[in-house]
Amino acid sequence: METQSTYNYKVVRQFAIMTVVWGIVGMLVGVIIAAQLVWPELNFGPWFHFGRLRPLHTNAVIFAFGGCGLFATSYYVVQRTCNVRLISDKLAAFTFWAWQLIIVLAAITLPLGYTFGKEYAELEWPIKLMIAVTWVVYAIVFFGTIAIRKIKHIYVANWFYGAFILAVALLHIVNSAFIPVSLTKSYSVYAGAVDAMVQWWYGHNAVGFFLTAAFLGMMYYFVPKQAGRPVYSYRLSVVHFWALIFTYMWAGPHHLHYTALPDWTQSLGMVFSLVLLAPSWGGMINGIMTLSGAWHKLRTDPVLKFLVVSLSFYGMSTFEGPMMSIKTVNALSHYTDWTIGHVHSGALGWVGFITIGSMYYLLPRLFGRESMHSTKLIEAHFWLATVGVVLYIAALWISGVTQGLMWRALNADGTLTYAFVEAVKATYPYHFVRFLGGTLYLSGMLLMAYNTFRTVAGGRAVDAKIPAVNASAHA
Amino acid sequence: MSDFVSDFWGIWITAIVVAGFVGLSLLLFTQSKTTVNKGEQVKTMGHVWDGDLEEYNHPLPRWWMLMFYITLIFGACYLVLYPGLGKWQGIRGWTSVGQYKEERAQAEAKYQPLYDNYLKQDLKAVAADPKAQEMGKRLFQTYCVQCHGSDARGAKGFPNLTDNDWLWGGDPKTIETTIQAGRHGQMPAWGAALGEEKVKDVANYVMSLSGKKHDAERASRGKETFGTICAACHGPDGKGNQQLGAPNLTDNIWLYGGTEKTIIETITNGRNNQMPAWKDFLGDAKVHLLSAYVWGLSNNAKAQ
Repeated sequence: METQSTYNYKVVRQFAIMTVVWGIVGMLVGVIIAAQLVWPELNFGPWFHFGRLRPLHTNAVIFAFGGCGLFATSYYVVQRTCNVRLISDKLAAFTFWAWQLIIVLAAITLPLGYTFGKEYAELEWPIKLMIAVTWVVYAIVFFGTIAIRKIKHIYVANWFYGAFILAVALLHIVNSAFIPVSLTKSYSVYAGAVDAMVQWWYGHNAVGFFLTAAFLGMMYYFVPKQAGRPVYSYRLSVVHFWALIFTYMWAGPHHLHYTALPDWTQSLGMVFSLVLLAPSWGGMINGIMTLSGAWHKLRTDPVLKFLVVSLSFYGMSTFEGPMMSIKTVNALSHYTDWTIGHVHSGALGWVGFITIGSMYYLLPRLFGRESMHSTKLIEAHFWLATVGVVLYIAALWISGVTQGLMWRALNADGTLTYAFVEAVKATYPYHFVRFLGGTLYLSGMLLMAYNTFRTVAGGRAVDAKIPAVNASAHA
Repeated sequence: MSDFVSDFWGIWITAIVVAGFVGLSLLLFTQSKTTVNKGEQVKTMGHVWDGDLEEYNHPLPRWWMLMFYITLIFGACYLVLYPGLGKWQGIRGWTSVGQYKEERAQAEAKYQPLYDNYLKQDLKAVAADPKAQEMGKRLFQTYCVQCHGSDARGAKGFPNLTDNDWLWGGDPKTIETTIQAGRHGQMPAWGAALGEEKVKDVANYVMSLSGKKHDAERASRGKETFGTICAACHGPDGKGNQQLGAPNLTDNIWLYGGTEKTIIETITNGRNNQMPAWKDFLGDAKVHLLSAYVWGLSNNAKAQ
């Protein structure tokens, strides 16, 4: 049968298309809630209220857009670097349909107000169970494919995807431990400071493994491929991989500085967040230095631009993060818009750009074309997205530092200089600029959707043949 | 679920942290030996994936290793100086509670005399002092606006403090008592005892007291009920009783609202309302200034 001699591109195609679709949905909800912060009249009824749409936004962009992007690329990369078809087409198809069902259920239950009440883990227990099952199947498909690989050495991208799959399973299961009281309501088994600690151990590692390690896997395949250059340093990838996955696990408590969490755990969170700087930058160096010798390609190749700028934002946010984890800095930045700006420099700049770049690489290859329908549109997308991110994060830096300074300002008699509402008023213009930045970023995604549609319409679904293994390269 | 209070956890975590620091340093050290001579071509690892994916094996960038070592050294020093390794308190003996107490004591030493100056003065004299009024206003903007609003005009369930209408009394001393000890205003629910019709009758009578549009027939029936039940607290003439915090019902000023619907709701379900006590949190001197400020809100304007 033909399937034995080709890669399974069908599941990759499905996830790739849904990456674009969910990207638009998730970012649209983001723009809506940004607008609600500028014009509060836009909060209609309980279902369309900021408090319910905000988790919908975060779940949609992280788990629907980011998640589909990771499924698509990891399935693609693991097959092509192992020279073997996915171990099971049926199980792979199951992960696709189950993941879409989970996303749809999230989109229904969150606006209805069903929530577990933990940030980035809001979905109620029946959906949590579905996620756990789907994830285990994902692990079977991924590691099963690694197990039957035809190439002895496991390519670096797969280490990162593998670490991501294992860690997310662990995080999800531990943090979701629940006691159900009805079909739609459950409570965390942990209480008080322990619950908070478990939540942010989960929350920060969702950033560390879902939004960092996994996308580094993406980076390690698509950057050298698009640049046509070898990876800069194998040695660096080994050191920063092990250092990263060890150190990230400890950084969670920096979300709980100056709280009831015991002092010593807060200190550990801060120290390891600082240690995390170098391992994080290892990935950036390896990505950017891979381009040396191919810098000229940046002038003409907007896909490469997406990939390189994503690494710049990655470097910037992984510098900003350790800095914000320092207690003294945190005393100013915590609870302000600065945090949201920081998250978006990572989410829009790093995760968004690397995913968009990888999709532009992937889509034509999945539909038997040389390149996307229009390179000009990719170029336009690149500039819209770049201006959008810069506006977004600059606005929230200013807004966040303004808030932090206004909240702590004291009069000569020790009273607060500003009532809370005055700080709210001061941030108003910056929230408008943030809305504008988000809108630009979203319009770029609409160009991508059109470009994707034309690419798919003008192509046909292909499954690439598995080439013979060159044994001498892996002696 | 365990609260992780046993000593074991501190030791366990400390062991992993120390092993982690040693492990990271060793990893870095063992991988930092290689260098490339000038002009030497770096080779790839010799592996090829997916047609053309290869890896060079450049040595680790020096500045990057240095940065890594510095963060590790900083982290190790920090964990010696500050708590971080289980029960180890750190050489500096720092605690967040200690820092809080120290900063608080410094602030008290610096600011308290400013407030104490006014404590000896009569409240009306404080209210007449523009500087004291400014300080009072700033205290109000920090501690009171959440309920009474930044214009002090209150909201549903939170009294307006600018209209010279007082639930518990508006002389300076009483205001000070209110802020010091808080207040708990309670009206019992009469819905079950009176039934819907009688409640509606009383509501119409109450509306008539403030000269609002009402159903005269219902009001006349309600008057009788009012006399036997409501008058106990609100007085036979409905002018209220500040000893009990029972509002005056004749001045068309409403804490919860003066529509027929809201008055019926109040009578049917009763009301339960609380203002917190501030004595322990703010101390006498600040409460003194706040009392003068609040009294001034509805009296200073008159004086001018």
